[in-house]
Amino acid sequence: MGEMDTLKKEADGLKAQIEAARKAVNDTTMAAVASGVAAAPRVQLKNRKTLKGHLAKIYGLHWSADNRHMVSASQDGKLLIWDTYTGNKVYAIPLKSSWVMSCSMAPSGNLVASGGLDNMCTVVNIKAASPKTLRELDAHEGYLSHSRFLSDTELLTASGDTTCCLWDLETGKQKVIYKSHVGDCMCLAVSPDQNTFISGACDSTAKLWDIRDGGCKQTFIGHTSDINAIAFYPSGTAVITGSDDCTLKMYDLRADQEVNGYQDAALNAGVTSVSLSSSGRLIFAGYDNFNCNIWDSLKAEKVGVLSGHDNRVSCIGVPDDGLGVCTGSWDSFLKIWN
Amino acid sequence: MSSKMQSSNNTAHARRAVQQLRIEASIERIKVSKASADLMHYCGEHAKYDPLLMGIPASENPFKDKKPCTIL
Repeated sequence: MGEMDTLKKEADGLKAQIEAARKAVNDTTMAAVASGVAAAPRVQLKNRKTLKGHLAKIYGLHWSADNRHMVSASQDGKLLIWDTYTGNKVYAIPLKSSWVMSCSMAPSGNLVASGGLDNMCTVVNIKAASPKTLRELDAHEGYLSHSRFLSDTELLTASGDTTCCLWDLETGKQKVIYKSHVGDCMCLAVSPDQNTFISGACDSTAKLWDIRDGGCKQTFIGHTSDINAIAFYPSGTAVITGSDDCTLKMYDLRADQEVNGYQDAALNAGVTSVSLSSSGRLIFAGYDNFNCNIWDSLKAEKVGVLSGHDNRVSCIGVPDDGLGVCTGSWDSFLKIWN
Repeated sequence: MSSKMQSSNNTAHARRAVQQLRIEASIERIKVSKASADLMHYCGEHAKYDPLLMGIPASENPFKDKKPCTIL
């Protein structure tokens, strides 16, 4: 047998071993365990604010850790920083490339990052006398789909080149490269303890990574199409994924498998974005069909809907204090609900 | 790229894939019943502090537009 054949045999054996090990602990379903729990209240959230200012499709939004400011990115070529309490725009940052796909704000509120089809991640200091480009992180070989700051000196990116990367913002260089996906990386989320992060990709898998050593610790399968959105459960022990296969899934990290699925036969729109309420009980999911559905994460039932956008909901976020949820859309508006 | 390089690339790739699978096969897993119970417990403990679940009184809602009062 050639080496390739031996390796294939070993790979198949290991996959079977993993499947068997997962089955061995699959002694019940989350739905069964949650059947005794009181249903979440029917959630009726009102649109409290509509933030108007972008002139084209919004592709990303990220709340500041101060629960009040937010950054949004649009293919009109601008990043806007908003004071969501007043609805005012605090900064407008013109982008070199208008093909932006994501944006993020550092926990300190000092820096914002954006990137897209230019394959770069541009980091801007918004607290300088006038917003100033700090770094242009240029090493990915594919589009930048997502970014998240760990601090003012470290940033994680996900790329269409199938890798994720940890950057040192003081030098502008790559510190760690996370390689294992075989499809474009579309999204990432950092664990509450900041030791690990999770990525979702067009290979239909989600992967859990050790931030410091770059190793892939676990791979979660089950989706049948691109994973566009991913979020950590606030406990840090589970993740929620949203996919073009029109479903969301909850994977428990310690059971190493899917423990709940969120789908509806009537729903045939891909999931674009996902965010959780502060207890984790509610999942807010944005879809291609212009709506945002609210799911009970334990009972896997739909408990509400946010409708009001005239085009795809492309991004969603809940601030750390859990006081509201913001949706961003291709209709160029951001809406805040609670 | 010569076919020899191509095939050695494929082998390297396959070796890495097997290595990764070995790592993933070796982890400890807990039962789904325990995992689910723990997640439910977490939700239960934090539900009372979840504003979107419990509702937000108008006076404490930073996003609600404050309407001016007319004194008659």
